[in-house]
Amino acid sequence: MNYLGILITYIFISNLILTHFLGLCPFIGVSKNTESAVGMGFAVTFVMSIASVVTWLVYTYVLIPLDLVYLQTIAFILVIASLVQLVEMIIQKISAPLYKALGIFLPLITTNCAVLGIALMNITSNYSILESFTGGIAAGLGFMLAIVLMANIRERMDLEYVPKPFRGVPMAFISAGLMALAFMAFDRVLLTNLLG
Amino acid sequence: MLMNVFYAFLSIALLGALLGIGLAVASLKLSVKKDKRISSVEESLPGINCGACGYAGCAAYAEAIVDNAEELTLCSPGGKDTAEALARIMGQEIDFSAIKQVALVHCWGNEETRSSDFRYEGIEDCNAAFIYFSGADTCKYGCLALGSCIRICPVSAITKREDGRIHVDRNICIACEKCVEVCPTKVMQMVPHDSDWYVACNSPDKGAMVRKYCSVGCIGCRICEKKFEDGGFKVDNNLASAQYDRQYSQREGAAEACPPKSIRMIE
Repeated sequence: MNYLGILITYIFISNLILTHFLGLCPFIGVSKNTESAVGMGFAVTFVMSIASVVTWLVYTYVLIPLDLVYLQTIAFILVIASLVQLVEMIIQKISAPLYKALGIFLPLITTNCAVLGIALMNITSNYSILESFTGGIAAGLGFMLAIVLMANIRERMDLEYVPKPFRGVPMAFISAGLMALAFMAFDRVLLTNLLG
Repeated sequence: MLMNVFYAFLSIALLGALLGIGLAVASLKLSVKKDKRISSVEESLPGINCGACGYAGCAAYAEAIVDNAEELTLCSPGGKDTAEALARIMGQEIDFSAIKQVALVHCWGNEETRSSDFRYEGIEDCNAAFIYFSGADTCKYGCLALGSCIRICPVSAITKREDGRIHVDRNICIACEKCVEVCPTKVMQMVPHDSDWYVACNSPDKGAMVRKYCSVGCIGCRICEKKFEDGGFKVDNNLASAQYDRQYSQREGAAEACPPKSIRMIE
């Protein structure tokens, strides 16, 4: 599969949030206003693209030679969590503005299931290292698309009258469900038609 | 079989240990030195992140104080004590002229004192009621008493009394001014914490009009301004207002002389 295909797949067709329902915790938690949603989106994209490469390396050069492929989940969680911590420290050291923009979001995604999800999906799809990197970026962009749309919807919903039992998170989940329904329009048939 | 389990255990343990050591080394090598005053300033602030200072939270204000020499008196919930603590940390002197303010409803109207144009049966929200012909009361400047300020108050300082009036507990109020922002008629205003008398009316209508729709509204007769030189009242736009720049001796006399009894002691 070519790189454009991977991008379209993970942004629209199998969007991690709206199709796989991964990473719902930051999706609901940080989608109250657009500004922080964009910050979170960039942080997740950043972490996913790096994590995809590193987990691919760990899988190919550590787990396969040692015949320990069945430990991939636990190994990936370990690697991703420490990687995010390391990245946070590096950003804090080298770029204060970037740390200010992404810093508070990074600890939130150390053990995020969406990051682990894309790492595992890269492995099951037998991607090469570059394809994994593309997959990571695409999944992050998909996450950003979903969370920014959601933040906009919630900002507008704040101004509307919502019956008391639905206020806040219940209404957010209902709109997320409707959004997921809309995203079902993107499927593999569309992809094959687009790319010939 | 047992060996496999052992290998699995060993490799994950090794991986974990490696990553752990790596992180420990990195945290030492990459540690960023922070100004120690920032954390002590942050500890002195109330830590409720109300945003009254104009910054995103107490941490942001602390940073601004240390890095950009921001003023020390912006924290209204903390008041004088916090400002003094900050001054000690930063080694500065500050002037305490007007620090602690509290919110006060400048209206004494309720169902008994004023007339209404129609019955409002919509959403229990002042702003919603205000959209519809500026509320049901004939007076368009008074307290609608539908409790938007009660719901927005972060410290629950505002309550509705049994007589239908809104009351701000000035000892709980942290002066975040959220109620002032949400109030559609702007009847909620800030006054100094140590003030005693106030004019409980917000209507700039002419006296004759006010008399028709509210029995306790200020009619702009200027008795308080003219007869009590040291009363500290000023009438502008048919509405008296109390001055809070210093202590005045004739406030009580002016309150007694006020025909509609709009000048009231703050409870």
